[in-house]
Amino acid sequence: MDELLQEFLGETGEHLDMVDRELVRFEQEPNNGDILRNIFRLVHTVKGTCGFIGLPRLEALTHAAESVIGQFRDGASVSSSAVTAILETIDRIKEIMAELAEKGQEPPGHDGQLIDELRGLAQRAKQELARRQPQGSLDPVAAYLARTAETRSTEAAIAPAPGSVQDEMDLVFRAAPSPLDQPGMAHGETIRDPKATGPATLRVNVDTLEHLMTMVSELVLTRNQLLEIARRQEDAGLKAPLQRLSLITAELQDGVMKTRMQPIGNAWSKLPRIVRDLSTDLGKHIELVLEGAETELDRQLLDLIKDPLIHMVRNCADHAIEEPQERAALGKPKTGTIRVSAYHEGGSVTIAISDDGRGMDVARIRSKAIQRGLATETEVERMSESQLLRFVLHPGFSTSESVTAISGRGVGMDVVKVNVDAIGGMIDIASIAGAGTTITIKIPLTLAIVSALIVATEGQRFAIPQVVVRELVRVKANGEHRIERINNAPVLRLRERLLPIIALAGVMNRTTDAAIADDGFIVVTQIGERQFGILVESVFHTEEIVVKPMSTRLRHIPLFSGNTILGDGAVVLIIDPNGVARLVGVAAAQDETTSDDPLEMGSPVERTTMLVFRAGKDTVKAVPLSLVTRLEEVEAGLFETGGGRALLNYRGRLMPVVPVEGCALRQAGLQPMVIFSEGDFSMALAVDAIVDIVDEVLDIEMLAMPEQGLLGSAIIRGRATEILDLAHYLPKANPNWLHLRRGESGSPRVLLVEPSEFLREMLAPVLKAAGLQVVHASDPAMAAGLASGSATLDAVVVDIDRDAEAAFALAARLRAEARHAGLRIIGLTSLPTPELHVAAIHAQFDEVVAKFDRRALIAELAETRPRLRRAA
Amino acid sequence: MTEPREDSPSGLAAFEDSLDYVTVTVGGQLLGLPIGRVQDVFIATRITPVPLAPYEIVGLINLRGRVVTAICMRRRMRHADSGAMPSGTKEHELTAVGLDQGGEAFALIVDAVGEVMRLSRATFEPVPIHLDSAWAAIAKGVHRLDDRLLVVIDVDAVLNIELPIAA
Repeated sequence: MDELLQEFLGETGEHLDMVDRELVRFEQEPNNGDILRNIFRLVHTVKGTCGFIGLPRLEALTHAAESVIGQFRDGASVSSSAVTAILETIDRIKEIMAELAEKGQEPPGHDGQLIDELRGLAQRAKQELARRQPQGSLDPVAAYLARTAETRSTEAAIAPAPGSVQDEMDLVFRAAPSPLDQPGMAHGETIRDPKATGPATLRVNVDTLEHLMTMVSELVLTRNQLLEIARRQEDAGLKAPLQRLSLITAELQDGVMKTRMQPIGNAWSKLPRIVRDLSTDLGKHIELVLEGAETELDRQLLDLIKDPLIHMVRNCADHAIEEPQERAALGKPKTGTIRVSAYHEGGSVTIAISDDGRGMDVARIRSKAIQRGLATETEVERMSESQLLRFVLHPGFSTSESVTAISGRGVGMDVVKVNVDAIGGMIDIASIAGAGTTITIKIPLTLAIVSALIVATEGQRFAIPQVVVRELVRVKANGEHRIERINNAPVLRLRERLLPIIALAGVMNRTTDAAIADDGFIVVTQIGERQFGILVESVFHTEEIVVKPMSTRLRHIPLFSGNTILGDGAVVLIIDPNGVARLVGVAAAQDETTSDDPLEMGSPVERTTMLVFRAGKDTVKAVPLSLVTRLEEVEAGLFETGGGRALLNYRGRLMPVVPVEGCALRQAGLQPMVIFSEGDFSMALAVDAIVDIVDEVLDIEMLAMPEQGLLGSAIIRGRATEILDLAHYLPKANPNWLHLRRGESGSPRVLLVEPSEFLREMLAPVLKAAGLQVVHASDPAMAAGLASGSATLDAVVVDIDRDAEAAFALAARLRAEARHAGLRIIGLTSLPTPELHVAAIHAQFDEVVAKFDRRALIAELAETRPRLRRAA
Repeated sequence: MTEPREDSPSGLAAFEDSLDYVTVTVGGQLLGLPIGRVQDVFIATRITPVPLAPYEIVGLINLRGRVVTAICMRRRMRHADSGAMPSGTKEHELTAVGLDQGGEAFALIVDAVGEVMRLSRATFEPVPIHLDSAWAAIAKGVHRLDDRLLVVIDVDAVLNIELPIAA
């Protein structure tokens, strides 16, 4: 095809995209003369070029459009219908251009109707102007400048640029931003012809760039090899030139990398137009906010995410944003907002698409998932909200009853997922019913050069991206830092925090139970808020590596984000810390508790006084001191046996003695015991030794296996300490424990209304370990006061044994308050009977849970947790 | 120039354009790879194993600055000896046939590479029906040679490795 025509197509396409964008902007700011001048200039340029190469149909269209825009520029008022007509014209021009690109000539056809419409608009605008003529609203200087700019840029566009161009895959090779990119700059006297001032753009074939990139990568490797050699021999004559070669290579590499990067704004340049058209079609008011357009991304990725982005924004506009009346009724601003933002984050680019629309209906997704057989009812029950939301990514999964012409939610989200998966990205969905949805896409910066730490384990080297590495810790079996274990899960104490450790060798062989070496290095890794350590055998050095994408056949392995070739020519896999974490299930679950719970942050720290004791080989355990009645040491011979349990005659009563898991009752000597009492009832926990009483911020790190009678672990006095779960031991001592004493009320952020202080103390750590904040009250009256005074409450857990009437009254009162709409009310009873259940449900309780059914309670509360966000 | 063949099944049409094969042996069996698909033959000295990779993939090779995914033909064809495949430890010399699919580079690790053969279509036969499923999936047909049989390999089928569902 004609070279000139090729160039025309490329350039005009770009100009038209810009006109698209600018017009939408102009419609919103009709008084912004700069935008208008810019549009006029662009259209004029296109027109001029068309005339120059002899494309009559295009010329006629652009001419008509230009005359309308010209009237605007001269001061005519801008109507939405006129903008629509111009946009339509641009679409038509694009159609013609598409055919032009295929066949090399303009397709036959007439645009009479469109041109007539434009002429009519121009005419009307002219009349309007004529009426207003006396005011002479236009600044003559500005008009003159605008005109000169037009003619000059026309010349520039017509002048054939040097270099040849192949197809529409062309890349704009920008040495510096041209004034065209920043319409704001093209104003008044500063309007300049891009060509005249030099920062010109040059079109370069993508293949050429790709080739260049490969060659530079090769050069880098060769340089690295040379450096390797030079390191081994002392040749001063070699050193200096090598040093220079090294520097130049680095710069060259940098430069070539830059040519591949493009601002993400290029991918979403079409969005304003799409949103505008949709909002006109649907009769909705939608504002599109674009943030971080300058975030740079490899152009290959850019092409790949373009369509998913458009798709998702369409979805938002079509489904998520409500009609204006509906929004008004809900007390939301009439104009819905779709926010698309992009930013760099730890070696990847995160793109978030959020709207303030109606949010996704989790209940609907749940029932739909069951209905479509994607999951069973029991599976669905156990899923977290974010897991449920992921169902919309399934092919053909649509909760929308009516699939509109624009999009049927779900239909297509699977396509988005496929596209994002293809580039090794991740999708995350968060939705709050009534408040909007945020879809986050994380895409790796593949084909980029990153600094990486080279580590080795089991004789194989791996690269860990430096950006996620916080620090390195040397661990030795008897050294200052050593690995400790909780139920075989390795942890490291690091500055008063427990750091979960993942052994690289372990995850790779999937033999997590394999004995983990105690010697090695911990690469402390941070992802978002979460830290964890990766245990490796040895650490070498950091090296600049060229990230090569993982083979398609290996991309399913979450452990690796890519591979690279090191200086010595070896292929090395790049570890994806996120994948490591996901593989062992660390980060995901814990991230949720931290980030999903805004209440967790900023609340005053609670200190708890803990009794620390030893039970079992070298294990330190602790229990809140407030639960403890007394500490005793008793001669072992005094224990009696009754009903298969050890008993002790204690102050005239028989008290059950239960050894703490991991230690046995002594046969002789003094047996240290921790005594708990509640009312008339007491029990003793036999331990190996009482260690200390400390005042600590109870920060429970992990949930241990509930079977082992532990809530989790915390750092107490710098030692990893297991927090005892009394709930586990009480029924062992006396199954009726709680009948003796009716519940107390304790309320967490979750408000725990529980009359028994003991139960309050016991439940608080349980709930805290489950990631909840606890506020407590001792009776329903106090609870009601707290509930109305407290800003946000997400759940109320009420004891209904002591005074069912009062508890039910509290529920009714809370339900009556509008701001507690999303509140979950859970009843606690030591004896759940069907009658009580019915009565409670009747009293608008969500659920009734048995007092000792810790897991059921947490499960019930877990239900609430996602709603925290709505309340917030 | 061959005239268009309407009657031939589309699967065969592609391969019939080339009756030149690069022959390789895997576990004593002579195999033919369509010459058009073979990029090069090289000796791989260093393979980086990939933990958690599918069984057939032995690792990654640096081939002149390109990272190539190496697939062991013995393992791919479920050969009894596949366990003996050197799993990427250092100084092993492995014979590899370089392939390209959709811009991605692959290497098939074979026992030996033989001569290039030009064969007449007359000796071609479809895959015998009772062939082992692992073989049947990657074989396109068989050529009757004078003294032995040559199994024609469908390169794309070989590269179509069953992957676990992405996590």
